[in-house]
Amino acid sequence: MERNEILKRLSEIAKDVFDNDEVELAEATTADDVEEWDSLSHLNLISDAEDEFGITFTLAEISDSKNVEELVDAIIKHLGDK
Amino acid sequence: MYTFKSLRKASKQPIADGARRIAILGNISTQFLAVAIRGYAALENLPLSVYDADYNQIEAQLLDPNSEVYSFVPNNILLWLGTDKLYEEFLDLPLENRSGFAESVLSKITMYWDLISQHCKATILQMNFTEIDDKVFGNYSCKVDLAFVFQIRKLNFILAEAMEQRKNVYPVDLLSVQLQLGTSTFYDAPLYYNAKMTVSTDALPYVAKAVIDVQKALIGRIKKCVILDLDNTLWGGVIGDEGIENIEIGELGRGHVFTDFQRWLKQLKECGIILCVCSKNNEDIAKKPFEEHNEMILRLSDIALFVANWEDKASNIRLIQKTLNISMDSIVFIDDNPFERNLVRQMIPEIEVPELPEDPALYLGYLQGQNYFETASFTGAGSDRTKLYQAEFERTKLMMSFESIDGYLESLEMLGEAKPFEESKFSRIAQLTQRSNQFNLRTVRYTDADIQSIASNPNYVTLYYTLRDKFGDHGLVGVIIMKKKNDDELFIDTWLMSCRVLKRGMEEYIVNCFMREAKNRGFKRIYGEYIPTPKNAMVKDIYKTMGFTEISENNYVMDVDKYEEKKIYIRSN
Repeated sequence: MERNEILKRLSEIAKDVFDNDEVELAEATTADDVEEWDSLSHLNLISDAEDEFGITFTLAEISDSKNVEELVDAIIKHLGDK
Repeated sequence: MYTFKSLRKASKQPIADGARRIAILGNISTQFLAVAIRGYAALENLPLSVYDADYNQIEAQLLDPNSEVYSFVPNNILLWLGTDKLYEEFLDLPLENRSGFAESVLSKITMYWDLISQHCKATILQMNFTEIDDKVFGNYSCKVDLAFVFQIRKLNFILAEAMEQRKNVYPVDLLSVQLQLGTSTFYDAPLYYNAKMTVSTDALPYVAKAVIDVQKALIGRIKKCVILDLDNTLWGGVIGDEGIENIEIGELGRGHVFTDFQRWLKQLKECGIILCVCSKNNEDIAKKPFEEHNEMILRLSDIALFVANWEDKASNIRLIQKTLNISMDSIVFIDDNPFERNLVRQMIPEIEVPELPEDPALYLGYLQGQNYFETASFTGAGSDRTKLYQAEFERTKLMMSFESIDGYLESLEMLGEAKPFEESKFSRIAQLTQRSNQFNLRTVRYTDADIQSIASNPNYVTLYYTLRDKFGDHGLVGVIIMKKKNDDELFIDTWLMSCRVLKRGMEEYIVNCFMREAKNRGFKRIYGEYIPTPKNAMVKDIYKTMGFTEISENNYVMDVDKYEEKKIYIRSN
């Protein structure tokens, strides 16, 4: 799957999880850029992304990836492993 | 089952006025559970306001009389000690102290219960414990008391025993959710280590269901009756085509499956659920296996109402519901035929119609997984009501033979009794306040513990009523709770009656008795109120009928001295 495609699908999840239709994720986006992105909604984002892509993140990926670029990297890695 | 995502969405719905309130306290993070419970309640149409205390604040919240939890004035407090956290505490103990672990955790929990009872009126929902087996001695751990698996199993057992002694503690069986889903689904290690949450998002909806099921039982949303199809539901094959020798029950064919299904149904019946039959069959053919097949577990005497004819099932179910005088939403209809199920669902949306699996071998597991028969009380042996309903049909037959209702009532030789609440009746009284919906003037729900405290409070005048007649004993069928407004006046906080005894003059008997009681105690006036609900319209005008004066909408008063005793055919014991 292309990075752009993953980013697009992540953006859709983010709109839903953060309950805000204006949220657009870019590779450079971090938790600090999105007001609603706190530790609890981060878990929701992770959980929904796992369902969407059919993968399971590692603890390190969950704890560290409060930015979009690392999240996309992790998703690509897991999709490649399948 | 709902997904966590859908619960999260639903949890954002505004909460209706008059919602019940639940506070959650845990030694692990409960944020997602709170979301799941909020969402599940909203989707099940049970307005619930949830307060989620910060993680690991149990003692601080319970010791401080002004804490957020107490200020929230919850109806329920959910206590959740996560096994994962307990396991860490266990391993931090010196080896020689580990064999006393279960007892020490239980004594902490009973201390929490005591604190809650001291500071508020909330009913306690207590999570039991999931299991962790760390295989310290492999299988051998099961017999070594300093192994964690030994201690956690012991803890679950002594917790159950301790709860048995506490009327205001209700279990939430978290362990059964773990068993149902399997540990690999139930637990999500990265989630625990990242966020101190011990239940995966996939399992949370099931945990929320367990909590909401208990809530529903506490407010009286329970199932009372199972209506059963026969062919391919209670036995394999079609009795009308294949004959009694060829139906599958017991040794024949798949018979074992149906025998076990009947065993389970028989247990439900023994524990107070009413069993009825609704079958498209000729009555004599349909009854034959119950009378003559020696491998049938269920017998005619187990079935309160047996309806076998060629009418449509929805009409027959309506007939059963009217005869039993219970609400449609308290009935479960079990039928293997998808056509009949859909028809009944369409005609009677309130009734519960499980989508049975095609393979009869899967019936039991599926039905048990739905947890239809949650209850908030059990009064022990004697809960079997089948005989009561069968006696009722005898009465109906007798009534048909009389020209006037008075003659019939007189012939019943009824004996009534009215007594102040006493300990042996607390459970049954609480149960009636939880379950009575139709003949219930204010629909106030009480727990066993509430009834106990009302009974010993001098500001209340209480009466419970029993009735029997020549066909049998109805048991405890009426409850009056009157609260003192002042030395002269009483307010009827609760007046309820079992619908089984309608139209016998029991209403009049109840009023005669409480008026006499009030007079003997020197009260001058009694106030009554009717609070409408979707189910209690039948008693809308009862105070007027009994001669009370209306003072404002749904509020009434009666001068004790002016009350004229109503004519009845119930003699006092």
